[in-house]
Amino acid sequence: MSARNIFARPARLAAIAPYLWMVLFFLVPFGFVLKISLSQTAIAQPPYTPVFDFSEGISAIKAAFGELSLDNFRLLISDNLYILSYWRSLVVAVTSTAILLAIGYPIAYGMARLPRRWQSVAMLLVIVPFWTSFLIRIYAWINILQHDGLLNQILLALHLVSAPVVWLSTDSAMYLGIVYSYLPFMILPLYATLAKMDPSLMEAAGDLGASPRRAFWLVTFPLSLPGVGAGALLCFIPIVGEFVIPDLLAGSNSMMIGQTLWLEFFTNRDWPVASATAVALLVLLVPPLLLYDRLQRRQLEGAS
Amino acid sequence: MAEELAKIDGAAEPARPERETAPAVVAAEMPLLRIEGVTRKFGAFRAVDNLSLDIRAGEFFALLGPSGCGKTTLLRMLAGFETPDEGRILLDGNDIAQMLPHQRPVNMMFQNYALFPHLSVRDNIAFGLKRTRMARADIATRVAEMVALVKLEGLEKRKPDQLSGGQKQRVALARSLARRPQVLLLDEPLAALDKRLRESTQAELMELQRRLGTTFIIVTHDQQEAMTMAGRIGVMDAGRLVQVATPRHLYEAPASRWIAAFVGDINLFDGEVVSREHSRLTVATRDAGTLIVSELWPPVTKDVFNVAIRPEKVKLSRRAPALDEGASQTINRLEGVVTDVNYLGGLTTYKVKLDQGAVVRASMANTARLDVDAYLAGQRVVAWFTPDDCVVLEQ
Repeated sequence: MSARNIFARPARLAAIAPYLWMVLFFLVPFGFVLKISLSQTAIAQPPYTPVFDFSEGISAIKAAFGELSLDNFRLLISDNLYILSYWRSLVVAVTSTAILLAIGYPIAYGMARLPRRWQSVAMLLVIVPFWTSFLIRIYAWINILQHDGLLNQILLALHLVSAPVVWLSTDSAMYLGIVYSYLPFMILPLYATLAKMDPSLMEAAGDLGASPRRAFWLVTFPLSLPGVGAGALLCFIPIVGEFVIPDLLAGSNSMMIGQTLWLEFFTNRDWPVASATAVALLVLLVPPLLLYDRLQRRQLEGAS
Repeated sequence: MAEELAKIDGAAEPARPERETAPAVVAAEMPLLRIEGVTRKFGAFRAVDNLSLDIRAGEFFALLGPSGCGKTTLLRMLAGFETPDEGRILLDGNDIAQMLPHQRPVNMMFQNYALFPHLSVRDNIAFGLKRTRMARADIATRVAEMVALVKLEGLEKRKPDQLSGGQKQRVALARSLARRPQVLLLDEPLAALDKRLRESTQAELMELQRRLGTTFIIVTHDQQEAMTMAGRIGVMDAGRLVQVATPRHLYEAPASRWIAAFVGDINLFDGEVVSREHSRLTVATRDAGTLIVSELWPPVTKDVFNVAIRPEKVKLSRRAPALDEGASQTINRLEGVVTDVNYLGGLTTYKVKLDQGAVVRASMANTARLDVDAYLAGQRVVAWFTPDDCVVLEQ
């Protein structure tokens, strides 16, 4: 065996490791979910049929395959509970991402323009909330927003309102919670793009007659679009499936898809419908992902 | 002696303009750019310290100095990226010191080119034109003109990352010239190019400057580059201009020991005047014996100073040279041993350890293919030079 082959082996192993990871921890579980989504609910253990039992031979498996159906997906389309919660998820995710971008961009821009040694301090301040449990932080917000909570006390003390305002169980509270929780995910990729931008580009734009404002829109902003895309996606996708924040802070009159899924899975114990909901959610998220991928590729092609 | 220095400059330009030019001439021709007592402080550090300089229209001017001397800060003040703490910058008689970069009729070519990576070559060049009230058709014409000027035809649609270093440099040049600035500032424009490309680009830049007649101010730390391209050079050290002169004047009549050593190689001897006659000084040196030196303008005021001589003006021979061209010619002859020989192709440099102790560097052009004139290490030689080739440096 030549020396090259000896070294080639571990290298090849390293190359397939990520694929192996994807197959083991994403594709295989997804296969399970997909199969369950095509099954029927049953009062049994596990709570669905058919169950593939490999000990009963090929013919039994074949028969089990025949029992799979798209009924659960038909249910998702026919019952507007699901369509409404998908729709609400999208609306909430789009709105939140827009708010996050509007708040996160100026913060990231300001951070990137700080003197070097202050940048790491600012970075730390952005990350520091992560050191407290996410749930505790959301419960803290409940405390602040409740009827006799801190916010109402301050508003009353300042005579800005005459009676306590209802904050909790409103969409405003939910958006507040989402923006608060996801802001670092928006800021960090934006900051990374803005910080590595060559400051002489802005000077060049100024030198060529662009006012600082024009220079920003003509140079800085277009060059920060990869960061905008990454930040938006990093927020949008988990927000679509967000369950805890809407459950704790929003009212119960309308549900996001994550809540519906939880309901089907734990309250109704209908694993097949819950699985179908999850699969449909994934399918729903594929188009924006593909779009982002294409944008990024076009940017790369333009760059190289 | 003043006429002699004028000869050094080649042109009729006086040797020390600030002393010898009649004031009337200065007043008649107002310079395009006048820098007046400009200071820029960073904390306690004075990056540019009370600096004054006049630059005429159509000049190719180089700011030369070691890194940290303030030359880039000065250039950035001309572009508007830095604001002077004191002083005025007059362009065509108007003070532009406090003006923002985008309001100045001045453009800059950046050291790293600062091309917009998301825009094509064409859009990069058009960027400055689109910020004016120029009509679209005129912009297109001007861009095509600039593309032709820097020979980038066929690359208009490329993005900067798809260009070579030399091509990027041309785009940057075209972009900075597109608005037809009154003054073009060039910050180390050739630093990122390899040696061969640098030399051809130097020639192209000079040709371009001649053709357009635009005033070029270039910042460089490379004295060779400044000497090759510029009509006048301002040497900066520690935030001040230490000498402003033509390349030839700078090299042959440096104003100080520091400039002499910064611009090219030089031999320096500490000396003290023994006698003076007919503008010839007899100088006793510490480690190179007694030298006879021509006294240049202005006359030497101190008795203790340096005698400087460029290596290529020191000739070597096996024996003391015969004086058949006229006995009136006095020659300094120093005997010593060759200690070091460096063959560089076009020339060879030698180090000669003198009997009196000093080490003298000499360089000789290899004018013949066969090494009839070569000396070997360990060989005894005479190093000789004329009094006129010596420069007296007081500081």
